[in-house]
Amino acid sequence: MDTSQVFAAIRERFGGAIVEENTTNRDPFVKVAPASLHDVMAFLRDDPRFRCDLLSLVSGVDYGDDLGVVYHAESTSLGHVVVVKADLPRAKAEVATVSDLWSAANWHEREAFDLVGITFTGHPNLVRILTAEDWVGHPLRKDYQFPTEYHGIVCEFEGIHDGTWAEHTGEQLG
Amino acid sequence: MTQAINQGLDNQNPDSLLKENVILTTLDALVNWMRKGSVWPLTFGTACCAIEMMATYASKYDLDRFGAGIPRATPRQADLMIVAGTVNHKMAPRVKRLYDQMPDPKFVLAMGGCVIKGGPYAKYGYHVLQGVDRIIPVDVYVPGCPPRPEALIEGLFRVQQKIMREKILDRERLAARPKVFDGREWTLPTGPPKKK
Repeated sequence: MDTSQVFAAIRERFGGAIVEENTTNRDPFVKVAPASLHDVMAFLRDDPRFRCDLLSLVSGVDYGDDLGVVYHAESTSLGHVVVVKADLPRAKAEVATVSDLWSAANWHEREAFDLVGITFTGHPNLVRILTAEDWVGHPLRKDYQFPTEYHGIVCEFEGIHDGTWAEHTGEQLG
Repeated sequence: MTQAINQGLDNQNPDSLLKENVILTTLDALVNWMRKGSVWPLTFGTACCAIEMMATYASKYDLDRFGAGIPRATPRQADLMIVAGTVNHKMAPRVKRLYDQMPDPKFVLAMGGCVIKGGPYAKYGYHVLQGVDRIIPVDVYVPGCPPRPEALIEGLFRVQQKIMREKILDRERLAARPKVFDGREWTLPTGPPKKK
């Protein structure tokens, strides 16, 4: 099914929620308001015209000013991919979880929470998945501060961030 | 038959008989030779170096020729811990716990760039432990990304040379090996953090 038809159907049903639509990209996407995201995804999954039964990917993004989420929903029977995005304000990065629609979203949303700091309301187990359980900070944000130590272990290679590496090892940085 | 044996013994030079049939050695050398020929490694691969470690165990580069071919899945039965692969800060307390569970005398071989000094993740790896010698004492370092199986075999040879140099009577030095490296104790989380 053509993506412009999908977007037309979404526009027909959720007209007010669409923020941006881009059909000229290599991957056409539709950007919706975060409040209506869960309804849009449920519509994509359940509507018999689209039947997006496979959620390939949920990504958290840091655009510099705002955060965002990107969903790639595929249909294994009809063979199309629908990309849905949502922009979230950095101060309050919350969006409803889709793990009740697709179980695959469980771990993907945990990763987005761990690395970018987006909270998924209604998630059954929103804890860190890749970094240690008591890690501080969200590493893939643009303003992430590299840790200097973790439980007493020095985290960084001595002097690599403040430029004193050559003094520690006697070698030259290329 | 006894006559034939006696005739054989009478006709031979006693000196050459001794040379061919008697071995003189020290107890140190004998015991260490037996120990180095059966170094049982702990299967501990975290990342890509583990693939090269498996290739070294496999038939082409066969680590079993040197006695190190039965990797033990439990640290309680292992002599050598080949840390193969990147160690994260999430994994670090587990590595330390496994090292503590190994009985003495134990050796650690750090395989690959990541466990020597952080490897390719040295500059920007926020979650990578910059060298496993920050948490456990390492005996032999094998550089490479990943090291070739021949390099890992040489690393095993170095561990064997270390074993050959040990002396039975040198118990004070052996007893003084750090049992818990720098006394650092972690409490591992016992489950997911409680929901607020």
